[in-house]
Amino acid sequence: MQCPAPVYKQADFKSDVKPIWCPGCGDYHVLLSFTRAFAQLKLAPEEIAVISGIGCSSRIPAYTNCYGFHGVHGRSLALAAGLKVTRPDLTVVVASGDGDGYSIGGNHFLHACRRNIDMTYVVMDNHIYGMTKGQPSPTTEPEFDTALSPGGTGVRPFHPLVVALASGANFIARCFSGNPNETANVLAEAIRHPGFSFVEILSPCVTFRPDESKWKEQVHAAPVAATTDPGKAARRLMTDDGFNLGILYRGDRKPFQPASGASGYDLAQLERDFEQ
Amino acid sequence: MQDVPSISVAIIGSGGAGALTTGDILLEAASAAGWQGLATRTLGPQIRGGEAAALLRIATHPVECMPERYDLVIGIDWLNAQRFGAEILAGPESLVIGDADAGEPPPILRDGGARVLNIELKELAAGIPGGRPNMIALGVAARLLGFAPEQIDVVIEKRLAEKGESAIEASRAGIRAGYRAASWIDYTCKLAPPPAIEGKRWLLSGNEATGLGAIRGGIRFAAAYPITPATEILEWMSPSLVKAGGILLQAEDELAAINMIIGASYGGTPSLTATSGPGLSLMIEALGLSTAAEIPVVVIDVMRGGPSTGIPTKSEQTDLNIAIYGMHGDAPHLVLAPQSVADCLFTTQWATYLAETLQSPAIVLSDQFMGQARAAIPRPADVAFIGARAVTREIGGTYKRYAATANGVSPMALPGTRGGQHTAEGLTHTEHGTPTSSAEEHVKQLDKRRDKLDGHNYGDHWATVEGDGDLVVLTWGSITGAAREAIAQARGEGIAARLVAPRLLSPVRPKEMQAALVGAKRILIVEQSHSAQFHRYLRAHYELPAEVQVFSRSGPLPITAAEIKNAMLQGS
Repeated sequence: MQCPAPVYKQADFKSDVKPIWCPGCGDYHVLLSFTRAFAQLKLAPEEIAVISGIGCSSRIPAYTNCYGFHGVHGRSLALAAGLKVTRPDLTVVVASGDGDGYSIGGNHFLHACRRNIDMTYVVMDNHIYGMTKGQPSPTTEPEFDTALSPGGTGVRPFHPLVVALASGANFIARCFSGNPNETANVLAEAIRHPGFSFVEILSPCVTFRPDESKWKEQVHAAPVAATTDPGKAARRLMTDDGFNLGILYRGDRKPFQPASGASGYDLAQLERDFEQ
Repeated sequence: MQDVPSISVAIIGSGGAGALTTGDILLEAASAAGWQGLATRTLGPQIRGGEAAALLRIATHPVECMPERYDLVIGIDWLNAQRFGAEILAGPESLVIGDADAGEPPPILRDGGARVLNIELKELAAGIPGGRPNMIALGVAARLLGFAPEQIDVVIEKRLAEKGESAIEASRAGIRAGYRAASWIDYTCKLAPPPAIEGKRWLLSGNEATGLGAIRGGIRFAAAYPITPATEILEWMSPSLVKAGGILLQAEDELAAINMIIGASYGGTPSLTATSGPGLSLMIEALGLSTAAEIPVVVIDVMRGGPSTGIPTKSEQTDLNIAIYGMHGDAPHLVLAPQSVADCLFTTQWATYLAETLQSPAIVLSDQFMGQARAAIPRPADVAFIGARAVTREIGGTYKRYAATANGVSPMALPGTRGGQHTAEGLTHTEHGTPTSSAEEHVKQLDKRRDKLDGHNYGDHWATVEGDGDLVVLTWGSITGAAREAIAQARGEGIAARLVAPRLLSPVRPKEMQAALVGAKRILIVEQSHSAQFHRYLRAHYELPAEVQVFSRSGPLPITAAEIKNAMLQGS
């Protein structure tokens, strides 16, 4: 007799490790959205791998009851690529932040979008380095004052969604951590969508960016449905106000999976290259 | 005519003249006939043009190093030959052949007292439709080494099959013209006939041997970022891995490459990347992660001259320090070094086995000399080292990814295993993998990771220990071949010496080294490093119970047996 597959509830995807996040941190809601999306997709915790780098957001794998990897700073996408191409059976979700993902990990972001391996990339963007106590990140506003950049950096912020589109991401969405239901729905869609899906979640840092508490008034649902036309998507993304939420682009590129031969190959045949 | 056991040949030409092809064909013909041999290439930094030379040694015995002076030097032309400087030398016994129409051999080749002869390579080639001077040179070399023209034909037919019958015919005619032109030369040496062998000879580079060793050891995923002189490993592995049911993924940089293989290995697939010094520098942070998270990976470093960009096309043994001490924190891991082209296969296979068994990164220090050299060798023996990772498939109760076990190796739950969920962790962690900054947990995991490596039984493979005598030549890596030859030569002069060359550089094996050095009165340390990295490493980790002499110099010129023998004699 075959065992019936267990049905997992949202709580089954959460571990009992207590998060180090500050009270009120947006990442708590992201964790909630993760577990909700996983339950919605009827996945089993052991079929999911949550891969991260370094930073507040990158602590998330251990707070799930999935397989996780808390790696080095900025390299989560590369680690996830190696895992996914060798284990296509797994659902791979990569978690990052604006420092980890856009600064030290910027090059991997470009190439992950270009490569289009079937995985979901979630960046919890709070426009600040929180874990190191408040330094400017690539999405920090130029005038934002910090100890490292008195008076502001004077440097234009990075536009991750546009970069993702230009680099070939196959699904682009923006969410707000304060809307965990909608975020969970978008995450579930992103996981379902074949290829590389990019979900930017605006996730306020209550400690170093108390001004971000106003985000909940600024965010709004995208006025139009997601486009499949990259040209249209580029114009929308370049001109929106940064608080436009929802699925903004859905591509139809075929996911990349490198070739591999059948198992059972006789290794002795490789030696023929060398025999005289 | 005198039968000699070994003859060395240098074939020089400007880029495009065909010197390298000529060398390849000679080695292939020698190998097909049953001789053993070694061939290296030396060329300028230009991608096309510039100077090029094929350096070969063919023998009745194994060949693991190049001579100080070449028996036979053939210049297809001498245009840029002076740029080789001391890399290609001729002595009073040498024969230097060139085409007077293509200039004079450089002084460095004449000054040693070599006999210089003229053969009209260009004119002879012009007399053959489609004829090329390098085929005339090939015929000359074949005649002087004692090959029959038909032995060369076989190789030509194989290599030129795609170019058609007329190209093959032009080469055949060229070889015969060269053969005839050389027939009047009273060259008194001839290679002794090859010993009868079982099976076929293998002809391969150290880099290819490395790739084969990796696949034999169980590697099924490789991440690739091109770098000289390691790229050939990845290029050979790319189709071979696919055939073997594996995958190769090109990375955007070395940071990605190392993290990709950590990810693939976390999923249960034995994984490798190959690089050189600059790439290893970039991979070090993630190698620390692989140590802390206990994810096995194999990193091949084909060493080249450093620091920085250094000399990408020439060898040096100067990545020893970074390989052993590069990581921050206390990060015990495996470092191994092959000792010859054939040993690249064994050592890589063994490294894969050890990495998988001990859930540790393994750095394999190959080098440009043996990586890019091609060797004609007997078929390397099959070895039983095939990666066997401790994996747990049934989880009863709470799973502890980093459980303290008797041997320090904790069975790994692979993703997909129900109940084995955990987070692989680069932060100091508990047995469960939960981050902690507790002093007790920190020490517990540090102890575990040290003990699993120290406590493993590495058997006799940890080092090459050969011969006896109270003089010990203590060396490592590709220098081992030259040291072995120096010891054989010194034996002819009545000096008995022992060869000790560790293949396992980390973890260190103090007890085994002590046994290898028992009775030593003098230890000659030989290495290719300006700052004597190996000497300092030995001093840090081993008792050296005798007078110590150090022969250490930088690359790019290979260390020869003659130099080592001189150092042996100097101290006695």
